[in-house]
Amino acid sequence: MNYIFIFLILISFICAILNNRMDIVVNEMLRSSQRAVEIAFGLIGIMAFWLGIVNIAKKSGLVDIFSKLIKKPLLLIFPDLKKNNDALSNIALNITANAMGLANAATPFGIKAMEDMQKENQNKQKATNSMCTFLAINTAGFQIVPAVVIAILSAAKMDNPSQIIIPTLIVTTIAFVSALFFVKALERFYK
Amino acid sequence: MIKFLNTLSIFILPFIIVVILCFALYKKTPAYECFVEGAKDGFNIAVRIIPYLVAIIVCAAMFRASGAIDILSGILKPVLNYFKIPAETTILMVTRSLSGSASLGVLSDIISATGVNSYATKLAAVITGSSETTFYVASVYFGAVGIKKFRHALLAGILADIVGIIAAIWICSIFFL
Repeated sequence: MNYIFIFLILISFICAILNNRMDIVVNEMLRSSQRAVEIAFGLIGIMAFWLGIVNIAKKSGLVDIFSKLIKKPLLLIFPDLKKNNDALSNIALNITANAMGLANAATPFGIKAMEDMQKENQNKQKATNSMCTFLAINTAGFQIVPAVVIAILSAAKMDNPSQIIIPTLIVTTIAFVSALFFVKALERFYK
Repeated sequence: MIKFLNTLSIFILPFIIVVILCFALYKKTPAYECFVEGAKDGFNIAVRIIPYLVAIIVCAAMFRASGAIDILSGILKPVLNYFKIPAETTILMVTRSLSGSASLGVLSDIISATGVNSYATKLAAVITGSSETTFYVASVYFGAVGIKKFRHALLAGILADIVGIIAAIWICSIFFL
């Protein structure tokens, strides 16, 4: 990210000189930083609403019920965790919370799951198969409702922001499945 | 089929909300208090992403205003045209694996450059919404327990990211073009 940041700005100045557009670039630089703050403030209302709704789901125990439901299928993905029930529960809670868009609530469960898996790890420096699998499916970012993106679209007054939900769901499912495929396929090549 | 899925998109949110509220009613959860408690986080999240948004929105806006994006899209034109990929979304494809907040910034910049109802915006929204930031997740989770050898975890994550981008381009061309 550091290099991208530097690279984008330097290239912009170079191109500005070549295209003789320095005045436009400098103006844009000053105006866009202002715009960034306006965008962030535009998100507050919708984010607050969505996080409020999902907090009801968390407190009423609905999140726990979902994570219990997915525990069985998870054993297929994490065969090594058959005896490590704590790790499996925390993975289930992490995935459920992520799916509902509760990233803040998901992270502690994820770290807990990692600690539970680390307990049974022979080499504490090296990731186990289960750890790699857990990480890979987390990076695929499975989410039922992409709340922040919808918040940005609706703050920018899109006609119908929820139209992106189904396409996003299809894409994130494809990414999820391929993450699982890649992590299992590569497992034997990295000892 | 597509029309049906589009209608389904609209009904997902109400459906989830109704299920959550009915369950709360059944469990006698104090829904109003829980809502207010959870909603407080909305403000924190918005404020927390401001520095990231400023950094990347300024970069992306300068990159566009300087004409650099025109040069880039000129080079990539044959590929982009063939797959009907708007040039604005190319930066996003790089940043999405690196930083989630940065991707939100790029998305916002695409909205102000191409309009909120444009195809570029829809594609960018799907790309941003369908992925987690691979490097961030890896550093948080492995860092928390002191794992130094990541083995194949990062490679699998990045390959899945690439598949995700291709899938997004494909699915969006079906839904929105």
